[in-house]
Amino acid sequence: MPSSTVPRAPLGAPHARVLGVGGYRPTRVVPNDEIVHRIDSSDQWIRERSGIAERRWAGPEETVAAMGAIAGAKALAQAGVTAERLGAVVVATSTHFAQLPAVATDIAERVGARGAAAFDLGAACAGFTHGLALAADMVRGGSAEYVLLVGSERMSDLIDHDDRATAFLFGDGAGAVVVGPSPTPGIGPVVWGADGSQRSAIEQTASWLELREDPGRSFPALTMRGQQVFRWAVYEMAKAARDALDVAGVTADQLDAFVPHQANLRIVEALAKAIGLPGEVPIARDVVDSGNTSAASVPLAIERLLSGGEAPSGGLALTIGFGAGLSHAAQVLTLP
Amino acid sequence: MTTITTQQALVITGISEILQEVAGTPAEDVTPEANFAEDLDIDSLTMVEVVVAAEERFSIAIPDAEVKDLVTVADVVEFVRRVTG
Repeated sequence: MPSSTVPRAPLGAPHARVLGVGGYRPTRVVPNDEIVHRIDSSDQWIRERSGIAERRWAGPEETVAAMGAIAGAKALAQAGVTAERLGAVVVATSTHFAQLPAVATDIAERVGARGAAAFDLGAACAGFTHGLALAADMVRGGSAEYVLLVGSERMSDLIDHDDRATAFLFGDGAGAVVVGPSPTPGIGPVVWGADGSQRSAIEQTASWLELREDPGRSFPALTMRGQQVFRWAVYEMAKAARDALDVAGVTADQLDAFVPHQANLRIVEALAKAIGLPGEVPIARDVVDSGNTSAASVPLAIERLLSGGEAPSGGLALTIGFGAGLSHAAQVLTLP
Repeated sequence: MTTITTQQALVITGISEILQEVAGTPAEDVTPEANFAEDLDIDSLTMVEVVVAAEERFSIAIPDAEVKDLVTVADVVEFVRRVTG
């Protein structure tokens, strides 16, 4: 007679937390004045609608893998964890332009985590916070002792540089964290979801197959319905953010930082207002000189708040990622 | 000049208060003919804030697809009349 149970179940840590963070910002700074001529715009118009003054665009050597590996190595160093101890390398990205293999395998090799599980995660601008939930569950579930979670993007490859609605919004870069075991809770329950009825709100103008069938068409690019996204990102995400606080047992006045996806400063500030965030809670505003770096935006913003002394190590941060899908994931975490 | 009904006047007052709150627009600028973008300097994202506030105030739903057709204050007045019957 077959046995109905597996003799050994995985044993995880009691809790998980973020142990270190690292970022990589491309060397080339692109101010608004450099892009306005292609979109019949102005520095003032861009600043008023997005708060963005400049962004960084990656050069040929600054690949998704190269940037992600540098950010990952910094996160490992800050965490004091060696790469051999990583059980998994998870990479959130929408701009790795090869269907296979996963760029996570390249990043794992570059940081010295040969042998670790390595895979990519596709949840667009919400990819990092999805990955954070997954990494915490992996550590608690026993499938990895330590997880390197990377968000790495070259949005400059995915945007239509002549689209005046989106060309100014996006930037490139990478951010990473190490998630590992903790005796106390360091990552709160995730509040996440997707609304596929709004999947056309942010999408690619054509699929790769459509490009193959009609090589004369323009290269597929990101396109976005700005008003629809703004409404969802502010009002629906305010509910998700409040839910993430509630399920973590945290009140807004206990927060040491609010780190929403850096989509647009107007969204960041309207979201903070809609949540009812107390005025003294520091708000990440990395978007002003990084643009929207999609899956890299939350870890880059965390790294900046910490390195600039705006938020304390060990403090509580509310993070929320949101984007194409429309997908979102939010959680409270203890800052590394 | 067309006659303004009581309901229309109430909606205009409501829009005026919303614009004051969201964008600091002076009440005297909010006429039926006023174009949100060109006369009142309301950009597309601020318009979303106005729309969401109008939904709450007038207990209506304004779908995303309809927002682009709300060009003047009178367009909102007409929309509210249409959906509240």
